[in-house]
Amino acid sequence: MEKTEANDAFLVKSYIEGNEQSLSILINRHQHRIYSFIFSKVFDKDVAEDIFQDTFIKVIRTLKRGKYNEEGKFLPWVMRIAHNLVIDHFRKNKRMPKFENSGDFNIFSVLCDSGLNAEKQIIKDQIEADVKELIKELPEDQLEVLVMRIYKDMSFKEISERTGVSINTALGRMRYALINLRKVIEKHNLVLTN
Amino acid sequence: MAKLYSEKKVNKMSPKKETINFLLNYSRALRIRTYKNIQFENILN
Repeated sequence: MEKTEANDAFLVKSYIEGNEQSLSILINRHQHRIYSFIFSKVFDKDVAEDIFQDTFIKVIRTLKRGKYNEEGKFLPWVMRIAHNLVIDHFRKNKRMPKFENSGDFNIFSVLCDSGLNAEKQIIKDQIEADVKELIKELPEDQLEVLVMRIYKDMSFKEISERTGVSINTALGRMRYALINLRKVIEKHNLVLTN
Repeated sequence: MAKLYSEKKVNKMSPKKETINFLLNYSRALRIRTYKNIQFENILN
């Protein structure tokens, strides 16, 4: 154990003096422990990878700036940096939580696109076109009221003013228009549902 | 029994090779220059 510590201290010294190979040895020697430690906290390979990388970037910068002093041991120092970065990661996620789609719960079971999909939109357009053709079979007075009410979104008061009949007559024409339309649909055996 | 206990594989977790290579390249590229007590970092590509 002491030999490894001495080796670490020697390698750090050698790295600070410019021997890049020493860093490679240090990383290879401790990568499993540091990476496992990070993974045991975050349980995500990609995040662990990022934190591992950030940890060593900090190590490299501190060593190159000459701000590392061999008071403690190399590995506990690196572990401390990793630990702090793990805490930073969780703090950042707490401020800006993100939802990960994992496990039994699927976010798309509660979130959905309320719009029609392409197939349903085509069916809807087809039905509307069919209805437009069907209403042409209605008597002229009923057709007129139905078009004003449904397609022009006019009130029965406006319809009565426009057509010169009473509101009750307009209501009656609308009622018969719908009854007759149903009859036409039944006669032709049509299915008009989406 | 001997097989059961002796052939246990321990999966050591380690980072990707790319990450290690990136760190080694970063280290090689990083230069620290000191000018009037101020340290400047340079990344040499």
